[in-house]
Amino acid sequence: MKSTTPYARRSHVVSLPALETVAAWLLAIIWIFPLLYAFWAAFHPSEFMVNFALFAPLTLENFTEAWSQAPFARYYLNTFALVTGVVIGQFVVCTLAAFAFARFPIPGKNVLFMLVLIQLFVFPEVLIVENYRIASELGLINTLVGVGLPYVASALGIFLLRQTFKTIPRELEDAARIEGCHWLEILWKVYVPLAKPTYLAYGLVSISHHWNNFIWPLVVTNSVESRPLTVGLGVFSAPETGVNWATVSAATLLSIAPLLIAFMLFQRQFVQSFMRAGIR
Amino acid sequence: MTFTHHHKMQLYGALLLLPAALLLTIFAYLPTVTTVINSLFLPGFRGAPTAFVGLENYQVLFDDPTFWKVARNNLIYAIGTIPTSIALALGMALLVNRKLRGRGFVRMAYFTPTILPMIAAANIWMFFYAPQIGLFNTLLGMLGFSGMNWLGDPSLALGSVIVMSVWKEAGFFMIFYLAALQSIPPELKEAADLEGTPRWSFFWRVTFPLLMPTTLFVLINALINSVRVVDHLFILTKGGPNNATNLLLYYVYENAFSFFDRTTAATITVVILVVLAVVATLKFTILDRRTHYQ
Repeated sequence: MKSTTPYARRSHVVSLPALETVAAWLLAIIWIFPLLYAFWAAFHPSEFMVNFALFAPLTLENFTEAWSQAPFARYYLNTFALVTGVVIGQFVVCTLAAFAFARFPIPGKNVLFMLVLIQLFVFPEVLIVENYRIASELGLINTLVGVGLPYVASALGIFLLRQTFKTIPRELEDAARIEGCHWLEILWKVYVPLAKPTYLAYGLVSISHHWNNFIWPLVVTNSVESRPLTVGLGVFSAPETGVNWATVSAATLLSIAPLLIAFMLFQRQFVQSFMRAGIR
Repeated sequence: MTFTHHHKMQLYGALLLLPAALLLTIFAYLPTVTTVINSLFLPGFRGAPTAFVGLENYQVLFDDPTFWKVARNNLIYAIGTIPTSIALALGMALLVNRKLRGRGFVRMAYFTPTILPMIAAANIWMFFYAPQIGLFNTLLGMLGFSGMNWLGDPSLALGSVIVMSVWKEAGFFMIFYLAALQSIPPELKEAADLEGTPRWSFFWRVTFPLLMPTTLFVLINALINSVRVVDHLFILTKGGPNNATNLLLYYVYENAFSFFDRTTAATITVVILVVLAVVATLKFTILDRRTHYQ
């Protein structure tokens, strides 16, 4: 993302019209404004919602209010457990499948791979009705396993890892085999370490996706014990519940805070991961 | 490589694929097949599909004006969000692909909506759109205009939802344009400058055509998102007023979990699957011919 060519650098100094800088900044302010506004609303008493007095008193009351009105601690725990479980599951299942696709002589491999890619288009949430039926037949309704399991065999994960595995030279594998390594050992000691950047990229995308996922978790959960943050927030802030807006703002910030902070700290990794996972 | 060794390898390979194959079968292939089957049957007692009715459910669906309204909404939603967010994404990428004071902040500002959950984004925009005390109407009031019912007026509501979606998506598409812009050889610009080509015509004759694969890629993603993402409706409008903002997947949800009409839900799902199949064909035929795979 950072690479500007020497030429580009030169040309900007000479020819960049100030107008474009203004446009870039104006757009940036418009784009960040909703989030800034949420901060404003959350940290001020509710009478300052639309009254931007510069020295309006700051308060944390909205946060304590939100925290006491809904079991956010439990929602946090659920989301953490869900995201961790899904990502670990995806890493294991997708690694095995990707390894098979990259290195094993499976009959009809290309057809099978195309079948896997179908899931890039037909997501679990599109099939909510039937997936709900299947989840209930498996006894997974209202469990975190039920929320996460449909996403574990991820076509994107299999695709990205297969691509990475295919670029790893066979010689490394042969060397390991001469030392007497078994297939799984070769996978663990040669392929997995060399694919670390792919795991990082895919992991970040997957974490963001499952932290933010809503409609399937909404359908498959029906109690505090299994609801992730997004669903908890949705239930909490539904307009008909009539909660105070400042409190809703605080609740909204509470639910996005960990991901937002992670993004601020590791911006480059996030952007690069989204790009890597996107260009498939 | 001996014959038996080859067979052993095949077996290992199959075993490695097994967990993924099992899960994909349970949560992707099986539900797809049963959805299609359910759309061809009328439910009997206790919800078990009993009477085969052929395409009758589709007949009923296509005779239902609400379905057409929802389908039309989804089309308008796609037409409203996709070109705008792609154009904005390209504009943003061009703006930050050059030396700029505070470029890091500007890029971050563009990208941040991408990592927010749709639900959180909808909550924030709810404060903007709310009829009495919402920010937009307050600002309009200060300027002496009367407020609008952004989400309650059927002629405005879908537009309001579209605006929010554009805000949410543009920054995500920007990063792909940014990457593509940085891969364009600078010699092209140097040559164009030597010949005195105006920037505008350089953009349309060189940059834009070179970005075509990216535009197609982004287009595919945007198309998928326009049928896949309906989370914001749960907060903003619940598909209302009077279905003015209802989209296909939300309509599936309503049919299945509010009206308990699984058959109609299955039939609409098949319509969505057909749309996704068209998008997938588009991707595998047009896009993949242009991108290099190993």
